[in-house]
Amino acid sequence: MGSITLSKITKTFGPKEVIPPLDLQINEGEFVVFVGPSGCGKSTLLRLIAGLEDVTSGQISINGEEVTLAPPAKRGLAMVFQSYALYPHMSVKKNIAFPLKMAKKSQSEIDEKVTNAAKVLNLTEYLDHRPGQLSGGQRQRVAIGRAIVREPAAFLFDEPLSNLDAALRVNMRAEISDLHRQLETTMIYVTHDQVEAMTMADKIVVLQAGRIEQVGAPLELYETPRNKFVAGFIGSPRMNFIEGHEAAKHDAHTIGIRPEHLTISTESGAWQGKVGLAEHLGSDTFLRVDAGPLGELTVRAIGDVKVKYGDTVFLSPDPSKIHRFDAGGLALR
Amino acid sequence: MATAHSKTAARLMISPAVLLLLGWMLVPLGMTIYFSLLRYNLLMPGMESFTGLDNYRYFLTDPAFYAAFKNTLLLVGGVLLITTVGGVLLALLLDQDFWGQGIVRILTIAPFFVMPTVSALVWKNMFMNPVNGLFAYLFQALGLEPYDWLGSAPLFSIIWMVSWTWLPFATLILLTALQSLDREQIEAAEMDGAGALARFFYITVPHLSRAATVVVLIETIFLLSVFAEILVTTNGGPGYASTNITYLVYAQSLLQFDVGGGAAGGIVAVVLANIVAIFLMRMIGKNLDA
Amino acid sequence: MSRRSSTRRKALMTVLAWAVGLLLFFPILWTVLTSFKTEAVAIADPPVWFNFDWTLENYATVQERSNYGRHFWNSVVVSVGSTLLGVIIAVPAAWAMAFVPGKRTRDILMWMLSTKMLPPVGVLIPIYLIFRNLGLLDTRIGLVIVLMLINLPIIVWMLYTYFKEIPGEILEASRMDGAGLREEILYVLTPMAVPGIASTLLLNVILAWNEAFWTLNLTAAKAAPLTAFIASYSSPEGLFYAKLSAASTMAIAPIMILGWFSQKQLVRGLTFGAVK
Repeated sequence: MGSITLSKITKTFGPKEVIPPLDLQINEGEFVVFVGPSGCGKSTLLRLIAGLEDVTSGQISINGEEVTLAPPAKRGLAMVFQSYALYPHMSVKKNIAFPLKMAKKSQSEIDEKVTNAAKVLNLTEYLDHRPGQLSGGQRQRVAIGRAIVREPAAFLFDEPLSNLDAALRVNMRAEISDLHRQLETTMIYVTHDQVEAMTMADKIVVLQAGRIEQVGAPLELYETPRNKFVAGFIGSPRMNFIEGHEAAKHDAHTIGIRPEHLTISTESGAWQGKVGLAEHLGSDTFLRVDAGPLGELTVRAIGDVKVKYGDTVFLSPDPSKIHRFDAGGLALR
Repeated sequence: MATAHSKTAARLMISPAVLLLLGWMLVPLGMTIYFSLLRYNLLMPGMESFTGLDNYRYFLTDPAFYAAFKNTLLLVGGVLLITTVGGVLLALLLDQDFWGQGIVRILTIAPFFVMPTVSALVWKNMFMNPVNGLFAYLFQALGLEPYDWLGSAPLFSIIWMVSWTWLPFATLILLTALQSLDREQIEAAEMDGAGALARFFYITVPHLSRAATVVVLIETIFLLSVFAEILVTTNGGPGYASTNITYLVYAQSLLQFDVGGGAAGGIVAVVLANIVAIFLMRMIGKNLDA
Repeated sequence: MSRRSSTRRKALMTVLAWAVGLLLFFPILWTVLTSFKTEAVAIADPPVWFNFDWTLENYATVQERSNYGRHFWNSVVVSVGSTLLGVIIAVPAAWAMAFVPGKRTRDILMWMLSTKMLPPVGVLIPIYLIFRNLGLLDTRIGLVIVLMLINLPIIVWMLYTYFKEIPGEILEASRMDGAGLREEILYVLTPMAVPGIASTLLLNVILAWNEAFWTLNLTAAKAAPLTAFIASYSSPEGLFYAKLSAASTMAIAPIMILGWFSQKQLVRGLTFGAVK
C-alpha cells in the first residue's frame, strides 16, 4: 500500500520543458517533501502524480501498477489543495462525504466514516456548517478530512499551510505530522518553506528548474549538501559563501560556512569585520558583518551578544563545518 | 488542468454550441449570397435565373438605398450622440449623494425593458399624435401650433423613441463604470492638489472612456438593426424619409417579394455591420484575458 | 471616505435626480394611468391626471376581443423555452472554455460573439424560406429555435465569465475525489454557479421577451408573442388609447419586474464582460 515510482517522466508546456527526465522512488509509509523555490516544478510534479496533468513521457506506477494514463479518480490518491478547494455549497459533512458518495458507498458506511473523521479532526460540532463559516485552520482540517475518509494509497499536499498565519501554521504542521504517525500512509507534501520540509519530512526532495538536486533525510541535506544550491536552500539563515583567496586556502573554488558555525568575539579571531546590522532576539543574535574582502557574512550567536552597528568584531569558523565546492558548484568531499 | 482526457471531453462539450452557431451563420448566409446573384421573385416562382451582380448594382444605385444609407447613419449617429452625452451626464448625476437613490435608479433604467413595439406605439399615439398627443396639448398650452411629429419629422421622431430606450442602457453601464472607480485614486489626486475639474478630466474621463467605447460599439450593433419602431410608426415613410437599410431590405424582400434584390441588400447590411463589429471585437478581445 | 456634502447640496441633487428619473419614467407612468381610463377620458383635452373614475374595463376588453392570454402565453413559452434550451447547450460549452482552455478557445469565443453581430436582415430571406418549407412559420417551436440561436452567444459568454470566477482547484478536488465529468458538472460546478446561471436566465428571458425582429417577421396570428400582438395596434382602427395602454402595461409589467432584479447582471451580460 502506497509506494510510488516515477521513471523518466518529463513534462513540457509547449516548447518549455518544465520537468526534464526525472526518476524518483517513494516508499510505502514515507513522508516525502518536495521543496524548492517557486517555479521549480514541484507543484507540477505533484499534479503529474495526481493525474491532474498528463506526463509528456515516462511512467508512473503506484504499488507496482502502472497508472500513467489513468484519470485522477482511478489512482486512489487524495489531495489537499493550497486553497483547500472545499465545496462552498456543501456542509462540512457533505464535503467530507463527497468522495465516498462518488465511490457509491452505502449511506451507513458514509455516516460512520464521516463521524470518525470528524472526531479525529475535532470537527464534530461543525458538521452542519458551511465552509464559509469556518476559520482557516478548520477549513484546512475539513480538507484533510475529505482526504482521509477515502483511505487513499497516498496523500498529496500542495502547499497546504501557506494561507494560514504563522502561529496556526506551526500547529497544523504538528497535526499533519501526528496524522502521519497515526495513519502510517504515504504522504507527499509540496512546500517552498524549508522549515516545513526540515520539520516534517522523512525524505526531502530538493528541486530546481524541474531537476532533482538532492534526495535525502533532513539532517543529511543539512550536513552533507551535494551542491551549492542545496547548501544555500536548506538551513536558515542561509549559508555564507566565500570565494577567492580564502577558498583557495581550502583547495576549493568556493567555501561555505553556516551562520551558526561562526564564532564571534570582540577581541580576536580568524576574520575581522564591522557589524552592519544587529538583530537582538534575546535567545539568538543575528548579525550581518562586513568582512572586507570576504564580503558580507551572516552570523548567528546563541544568547545575546552585546555588539552594535559599527563595532569591530572577529569571526572564527568551525573548521570541521566548512563545506567546500568546486567551480561547478558541486561539493568536494 | 489539462489532460488528454479532459481535452477530449471539452471538445465534445463545446461542439453542439459551435455546430449550431456555425449552421445558423453559414447556411443562411450562404443562401443569401446565392440568392443575391439570382433574379428571383416569390411572385414568379420557377423563373429564377442567374444575373451575376445585377442585384447589387440595382440595390446600390437605387435612390432608396442612398436615402436609407443616409437615414441609417443619421439614426445611429443621432441616438449615439444623445445616449452617450446624456448617459455621461445622467451617470454623474446618479452617482451623487441624494435621497431615494434606489428608486430613481429603477425609474431611470425602466425604459430599457419596454419592448420596441410598445415604446413606439406609446410615443406615436399618446405623445406625438398631432391631435390627441400630449405634445400637441403642451404646444397649445404654450400658444404654439401642434406639430405633426411623425409626418413632418419622422426620422427625428424615431431617433427620439430609440434614444429613450437606449439612454438608460448607456447610463447604467457608465454608472457601473463610474462606481468601479477607485475612490482612493480620487483622494490621491485631491492630495496632489487637483481641483474638481482637474479630477474629472484627468481621472474620471479616462476611466469612463473604456465603458463609453463599449456603449458606443454595442449600441451601434443594435441600432443598425432598428426595425420594429419603424414598422409600427411610419412604415419607412413618408416616401423613404424614415427608411433605414434594415427596413429597406425587409420591404424589398417581404413586401415586394424581390428575393434577389433583398438578398443583395442583406449582404450590404452584413458588410456594413462587420466594419463596426471588427472594432467592437478588438475592444472585447483585449479584455478577454485581463 | 467622507465627502463634505452639505444638506443643501444633497437636497438640490435629490430634486434634480428625481426630476430626471420621473421624466424618463413618465411615458410608462402615463401608459399605466391611461390604461385605467375610459377611451373618452384617455383623449380628454386638457389631459386628466389622477382624478378620473378608475376602471379595469380595458383589461377585460383586451382579453375578450383579442385573446390576449394566448399571446402572453406565447411570449412566456418562447422566451423561457429559448433561454432554457440555450442554457442547456451553453453550460457544457462554457465549462469547456472556462476550465479546459486551449489555444483556440479565445478564437471560438470571439467567433461566437461575431455571429451575434450578424444583422438579421442578412439572413431574413433564407430563414423565412426555410421556415416556410418546414412549416415552421407562425409556430412557437420555430421562434424558440431562432431566439435560442440569436441569444446563444450571449448565454455562452455570460456563463463563461461566471465560470471563470470559480477556482479550478475545486473542480480538480472533485476529480481527485473520484467524480467523473458528469458528477463534476452536476454536483460541483452547477450548484456553485447557480447565481450566475440565474442571472443568465433572467437577462436572456428579458432579451427574448422584447425581441422584435424575428417575432414580427416569422409569426402571424397563431404564435405571435406580445411584441407582434402589440404591433397590430399600429393600424388606425386599433387607435384606442386606453386599450393600447392596457395591453402595453400587461406586456411590459412582468419583464420590468424581472429587469429590476437583474440590473447588475445586465451590465455584465450586455457588455460581454467588458464592464463589470
